[in-house]
Order: sequence, then structure tokens, then C-alpha cells
Amino acid sequence: MAHIALPDESLPGIVGLFNFRPETAGPLQLLAETLLRGESPLTSGERELIAAHVSYLNNCHFCHTSHASAAMAHLGCDLSLIDDIKQGFQVIEVSPKLRALLNIAAKVQKSGKEVTDADVAAARAEGAADKEIHDTVLIAAAFCMFNRYVDGLGTWAPQDNEAYREMGQRMAFTGYVRYPIKQDAIEA
Amino acid sequence: MPHIPLPEHLPGITGLLEYSRVTAEPIRQLTQFILRGENSLTPAERELIATIVSHNNECRFCTAAHTAAADLLLGETETCEIMKQDIDAAPVSSKMKALLKIAKQVQVSGKAVTAESIANAEAEGATDVEIHDTVLIAGLFCLYNRYVDGMATVAPADPQFYTGLGQRLVDHGYNRLTNGYDHLKKQN
Repeated sequence: MAHIALPDESLPGIVGLFNFRPETAGPLQLLAETLLRGESPLTSGERELIAAHVSYLNNCHFCHTSHASAAMAHLGCDLSLIDDIKQGFQVIEVSPKLRALLNIAAKVQKSGKEVTDADVAAARAEGAADKEIHDTVLIAAAFCMFNRYVDGLGTWAPQDNEAYREMGQRMAFTGYVRYPIKQDAIEA
Repeated sequence: MPHIPLPEHLPGITGLLEYSRVTAEPIRQLTQFILRGENSLTPAERELIATIVSHNNECRFCTAAHTAAADLLLGETETCEIMKQDIDAAPVSSKMKALLKIAKQVQVSGKAVTAESIANAEAEGATDVEIHDTVLIAGLFCLYNRYVDGMATVAPADPQFYTGLGQRLVDHGYNRLTNGYDHLKKQN
């Protein structure tokens, strides 16, 4: 059971929290949508892998498995590859550039101060430009928030990978915005 | 030096929010609501949560900026100073002490939040919404701190800079002003 009384305890992870506090659900969903499906030199599949990797390092089962499932949907991979993220990407094809960016994301997971000039230079050497470095750091930082939100409030998560199949498809292809967002708050 | 080129007159988070305005928008919306929106916790109390998390993440820029905002809202500087050393000794309510301790656990990890610390906050009168918002504010500052330090942004040494920024946060909150940060150009 979650640390707070949620109106619908059957909703897992962040979904139950969205339902509890729609005022914060709006911007949180828009943030996920913008970071993972908005414009970026990185593909959505690559960005979901970064999100899943950071969530795994934060030991957040719900975020790790759901974003891994979204990554599998984008990349057209089988769900069995979710566990490959835990093994450090031995089977999933990861470009040298993405590997360097995943290294930066792992540093951000520990602390912003862990990211060194050498880490950034290594990513640049593999072809990463400013925006790719920026997006990687921000996605990693954002999942340090999402993971803490989900686990800090003690939400429940389905254990089995299979339970995340449909969720991942929906995250990948329908997106993250499920509540109406006040459009007047968004700049043109 | 920042890991990507950012305007020199925009240190810390300010340059990042201008560099990527599309991702900044939902972050600003979330921050404005969670720190300034209608709430049974005062803006000063919520700035204290932002401050303790930034302090424990050792993020100089965010700690100085939110300490300045909290000091201005409280009309004194003692509370922040004492809180950083010892939450129990800070001149805040027992409920706030319990919430600040939850925030401190969130800073470590979502999984570090104990049922005991939640029960303690409830015993001191904290509502579910207050516990929810505390966890989300703490999570949000784990995002900000990692974003600011992970991109190696500049933290000005001059304390005056943070007093000015704190005043801006008190007067205008977290939405983007139409002129961005043009006023900072005059200071440099």
C-alpha cells in the first residue's frame, strides 16, 4: 500500500499519483512527453533507454520496467530484452555515441557533480553534439525525480515484465499526456 | 566552464531554462504550482524543503538561490542556517520538522523514505497532500540540482547575485517573464 491514501489503489506506480493530484499530473506528463517524444537529435528509443537505465540504477522497478517496455516498443525488440538493461546492454544494439551518453546519464544518477569534462569529451568524440549532451543530462535528472516520486510515496508495481507490455506500447505510440493541459500556460 | 556553451550573463539554472525553452516550460509550470500554488504549506515552508534538498545535494547555486528566497519570505536568515545543521533545532513547527526529514530521505533515494518517518509526519498533523507535495518538491530539486551541476553551470561567488534572484522568485515566482533575464545583462 502507498504511504498516502490514493483514490484508486489499483493504479500502479506514477499512474496512481497522477490520479491523486491532477494539478501536478499535467506538468509531469507534459515533461515526460517533451523529454521522451518531443523534438531531439536522439530517437525516442534512445531516450527511453536512457530513462530505463537511470531508473534501473535508482532501483525503481516501475519506471525501469515501463520505460524499458516503451524502448522495446520503439526499437521493435522483444520484452525479454528488458533484463539486458540490467546487464549493461550486452544484446541490445547500442551505438558508441549512445554508450557514451548512457555513461553520462549514470554519472548524473549519482550526482550532477560526477559528470566530468572527460565524460563529455568522450561523448563528443563519438559524435554527440550540445543538444544530445543537454537532453541526456536532463532526462537522467528528470528520472531522478520521477523515480523518487514513485518510490518515495511507496506506490506498488507489477513484478512481471509481461504486465508492462501494453503500457510500453501506449507510452511509446500514444504518449504521456492523458489529462487536459491548460493551453494558455504554454508559450507559443 | 559549462559542458555546453551558455550565455555568460545567465549562470546556474537560468541559462539552461533559456537554452531549452520547450523543456523548461513544464518544469516551470510544475515549480510554480508546487512552490507557489494554493497549499496548506506556506511558500516559505516549501522553499525550506527546496533548500534542504539542494544543500544535501551540495548544489551551490540552488542552495544559495532558495536560501535567499526562504530568508526573504521568512524575514530572517536563522531558520535556514540552523536547519542545514540540524532540522530538530530549527525554529519551525513539529510538522515541518517531520516533512523536512522526509525530504532529506527522498534526497538519498525514494526507497530511503521509511514508514516510520511518514507515520511521524502524520502524527504531527501532516495531511496526505502535504506529504505528497513534500516528496514531489524533494524529487523536483533532485532534478534541478543534477541539471545545474551535471551541465557544470557557473555559480556566481557574489552573495548579492542570489539576493537579487531570491527577490525575483519572491516577487514573480517561477514563470518565465516576457523579457527573460535581460535585466541580468546590466549587472555584468
